[in-house]
Amino acid sequence: MSRDVAYVRPDTLEEALAFLQDTGRTSRVIAGGTDVVPGLRSGTVNSGYLLDISCLSELKGIEEEEGDLFIGSGVTLTEIFFSKAVARVAPALQRAARVFGSRQMRNMATIGGNICRASPAGDTLPVLYALDAQLELVSASSSRRVAVKDFIRGPGDIAIASEELLRGVRLKETPGIGVHRFEKVGNRKVLAISIVSLAALLGLSDMGVVENVRLAWGSVAPTVVRSTRVEQYLTGRPLTAETLYEVFPLVQEAISPIDDIRASAAYRRRIAGNLLFRLLTNRKTSDSGPGVL
Amino acid sequence: MKTYTQIPIEFTINGKKVSLEVEAGETALKIIRDRLLLKGTKEGCGIGECGACTIVVDGKSVNACLMLAAQLHGREVVTVEGLAEGDRLSPLQQSFVDRHAVQCGFCTPGFLMSSHALLNENPNPDRREIIDAISGNLCRCTGYQQIVDSIEEAAGRLRKEKTR
Repeated sequence: MSRDVAYVRPDTLEEALAFLQDTGRTSRVIAGGTDVVPGLRSGTVNSGYLLDISCLSELKGIEEEEGDLFIGSGVTLTEIFFSKAVARVAPALQRAARVFGSRQMRNMATIGGNICRASPAGDTLPVLYALDAQLELVSASSSRRVAVKDFIRGPGDIAIASEELLRGVRLKETPGIGVHRFEKVGNRKVLAISIVSLAALLGLSDMGVVENVRLAWGSVAPTVVRSTRVEQYLTGRPLTAETLYEVFPLVQEAISPIDDIRASAAYRRRIAGNLLFRLLTNRKTSDSGPGVL
Repeated sequence: MKTYTQIPIEFTINGKKVSLEVEAGETALKIIRDRLLLKGTKEGCGIGECGACTIVVDGKSVNACLMLAAQLHGREVVTVEGLAEGDRLSPLQQSFVDRHAVQCGFCTPGFLMSSHALLNENPNPDRREIIDAISGNLCRCTGYQQIVDSIEEAAGRLRKEKTR
């Protein structure tokens, strides 16, 4: 454990931003700690300031604004899972929160941390991409919005200035979308880093024809993948096994998975396509949460 | 704003107020075990994957190995030492004994704390909710069935105590 770190606990967002203005370059923001603390243990976080934002009430709200939803960056995954507003506007996000880490981690980890960690396997990220989430970044002197897909540049690489803090994430309602899914394949049902994940938002006609579709895959490329070609292909076609077989090659073109300790690239390729077939079952509900023994 | 390498903190643990100074990079687990000498909370993996270090903070189960000691400031903490009243085991602990939910025992404090948090939140959990609540805790001995049975039984005992 490093002795070169110092700790700072601001009482207000304003104080936190003032601190980042002066010392952002040598500061590491910590909220839930589920990522930073293992970093301290392994030595990847070994110097500078730990700016603890876990007490800032300004970052903890879930607010509905004219149908849109604003989720503060300090909101935990447990709070997301139990939020009625999230269940209404972004049911797929609620499902991602359900299969995130473990109960203990969900009680600690925040959505802001999951976004800023920018892991290709981050469980909330495919849903945020599918929802075209807008992030709100603030500093002592500025405030801006950026799309999540422009914010995340690669694994652990985010477009944030040293004086900026993620204040929260803004989600729009999705009229015309009736199916909200988050599917995840991992080595076990809980406490698993995803091998492949898929957020799928679908609007189907009474005849089962795809009218609206947004698909976002996790863990199959340096960042979450959405494919305009895949979505365009599916639009106007019936949601059938045949259609999904046809779109399989387009999915393969869109992704670029790697071999790692969790799975091979070849396995990820197969699963990325196969997860689509889960959309043919239980269209109204998804249940990839912990099972019964 | 003041920055610290030694941070003064005050919090409540098992009903007692404590104040001490901790290092910036120290975990809650380290100070609970090595400073407060409450050795019931175990370190297994140290990275949040095994649940042996589970404690209850402000009513919620968390991994003490993933929490900074400094973040204990102002919080209400319960560790496994806080469950029994004197020599009398809590209903949850007694059920673990009666139902043989303990073999080597290393994971037991973590399971007790995860289930303690569950029963405070939800006095009447079904089997599935119990499994969900302990799914962040690993046990390599029991096969889990006895643990789930114990928590079910404890929930029943607690409900009876309350209605008495």
